[in-house]
Amino acid sequence: MSAFKSKYQDELIANAAYIGTPGKGILAADESTGTIGKRLSSINVENVESNRRALRELLFTTPGALQYLSGVILFEETLYQSTAAGKPFVEVLKAGGVLPGIKVDKGTVELAGTNGETTTQGLDGLGQRCHKYYEAGARFAKWRAVLNIGPNEPSQLAINENANGLARYAVICQENGLVPIVEPEILVDGPHDIEKCAEVTERVLAAVYKALNDHHVLLEGTLLKPNMVTPGSEAKKVAPEVIAEHTVRALQRTVPAAVPAIVFLSGGQSEEEATLNLNAMNKLKGKKPWSLSFSFGRALQQSTLKAWAGKEENIPKAQAALLTRAKANSEATLGTYKGDATLAEGAAESLHVKDYKY
Amino acid sequence: MSAFVGKYAEELIKTAKYIATPGKGILAADESTGTIGKRLASINVENIELNRQALRELLFTSPNALSCLSGVILFEETLYQKTSDGKPFVEVLEENGVVPGIKVDKGTVELAGTNGETTTQGFDSLGARCSQYYKAGARFAKWRAVLKIGPTEPSELSIQQNAQGLARYAIICQENGLVPIVEPEVLTDGPHDIKKCAAVTETVLAAVYKALNDHHVLLEGTLLKPNMVTPGSDSPKVAAEVIAEHTVTALRRTVPPAVPGIVFLSGGQSEEEATFNLNAMNKLEVLKPWTLSFSFGRALQQSTLKTWGGKKENIGKAQEAFLARAKANSEASLGNYTGGSGTGLASESLFVKGYKY
Repeated sequence: MSAFKSKYQDELIANAAYIGTPGKGILAADESTGTIGKRLSSINVENVESNRRALRELLFTTPGALQYLSGVILFEETLYQSTAAGKPFVEVLKAGGVLPGIKVDKGTVELAGTNGETTTQGLDGLGQRCHKYYEAGARFAKWRAVLNIGPNEPSQLAINENANGLARYAVICQENGLVPIVEPEILVDGPHDIEKCAEVTERVLAAVYKALNDHHVLLEGTLLKPNMVTPGSEAKKVAPEVIAEHTVRALQRTVPAAVPAIVFLSGGQSEEEATLNLNAMNKLKGKKPWSLSFSFGRALQQSTLKAWAGKEENIPKAQAALLTRAKANSEATLGTYKGDATLAEGAAESLHVKDYKY
Repeated sequence: MSAFVGKYAEELIKTAKYIATPGKGILAADESTGTIGKRLASINVENIELNRQALRELLFTSPNALSCLSGVILFEETLYQKTSDGKPFVEVLEENGVVPGIKVDKGTVELAGTNGETTTQGFDSLGARCSQYYKAGARFAKWRAVLKIGPTEPSELSIQQNAQGLARYAIICQENGLVPIVEPEVLTDGPHDIKKCAAVTETVLAAVYKALNDHHVLLEGTLLKPNMVTPGSDSPKVAAEVIAEHTVTALRRTVPPAVPGIVFLSGGQSEEEATFNLNAMNKLEVLKPWTLSFSFGRALQQSTLKTWGGKKENIGKAQEAFLARAKANSEASLGNYTGGSGTGLASESLFVKGYKY
């Protein structure tokens, strides 16, 4: 095979397929300490370990929510945390049929000579780290590559560097038993139209899959986490059906059928937007040999965060908000979402922050 | 779009989809004058235009055979030929729901500094030629790139050159209304096992689709004509199911769902082998977002040729032989072939070492 044969081969294939189970998706709860700090400060909560732990406990113990999830991406600190009662989060998730995942990249750095384009770091010692995470219970990983659209962007250099980085990360994960989620995010920032986003997305994804092939990655044991194809943040909005059509077409032109599932990032979309768009994609008729689901961070947690506001007495309300979004997105993966999820405060709020730094 | 959407875009998509109709496939009857000469010589028939015309007329007027076909690839000479009654071949095909296609490459030349690896020529005035062929009724084209497996082959140079060549050819076709069949043939010659063939096929196909993307080719308006994934010619044979599994896995890993159909070449396989392998692929229970069919030359014509022997009195029987293969492959493209059609001729290997087309 042109794919390398990992001793974890069967497990990787089974786990990747499981994550793509129709009706389920991923909660991206892997905000780094710095990033979660911004979220907490937006609700006037201090960025200390106990609060970070409390927030994640709130999410993972929401009654009835785990059934809508096949995976949760964690930050390293969280992988080793427990509930207040002392039960490791990893066990809580496993008991709920949810695979624990781990963010393994170490953020982006600028590429000299470009107009602020970046590459992602984290390859040093990555093998050993993945091995450790596997021992701690993680079964998939995530690495975020970032590109942007501009007059001269993304440059060939940015595309090549990021595609290569994703491929190196992916094969190292597979060597160590972790299913790599491949995330080549093209930022929504800009005045460009949806056609431009489609063109760039197709070019980037083609480069990514060529790189994965070059590096002997086993596609059946990977997942893709792309942006949806949308107009730029400063351009006029379009209907979910238009987003669905452009997105699915871009994927049909670039993502081989061997990839079991595609789990979209939400970018700066509001909770409701992201759900409606995902739903439209699953209603679309056409060839979709991979399942289409979600890997949402902000678009799953926004209203929950606001409802919680750091207060113990708000936990049930906050958990109800998460359950609502999780259920809505589960339905969206089946194309059955009717748009009737009670919109909690903030669900329709755009989560776009210009030039958002994670 | 990253794909170029020219004035023929809708037509290309429609034509490609039609050629990929389940239950139909392609007859590759595009042997150049030199190559058809070898075929005719093998049945002691003189290589003159009259005989070349007679053979193709035999094929295209075989009762009921055309319903098994969605396309026929022609050599330039044949595109302009007629039946003995004076009816243009192109019309005969069109009236029977068969799309005429045209071979547009001009053969291979060696890449200096390699171990006999080649690239394909044919770019000069290709756009103008395609435009002419379109006027003559052609609606798809074919260009054959050739790679081989060896200790140091295929080389990176050979992969790059052939992938780039296929992509340039493809976009020029689309600019001129022809659906390009993209054919990156990895030869069977050699002692390698099926896993080696699979690895090479996947590497080559990945390079091809990257090149097609770079050149803005509209995938929905193309077809792929790959080799099946098999052991090398000097290696022990394996069951059809094994070939099917390795082939479909390789395609699932490299061919985007936007491609409507995959039409296999038969290489040196016997008529029956090729049909059984195609059948096994269509029976395989795994998700296949493109149709899997045939674009066979030798594997559709071998017994027909032998039965004809160049004699008018054999035409009826020869046409029956052709219908039998066409029908068998049509069934195989639906996973319904139960075997046993045709004569012993159907099991004869058509492998010729280092075969030069």
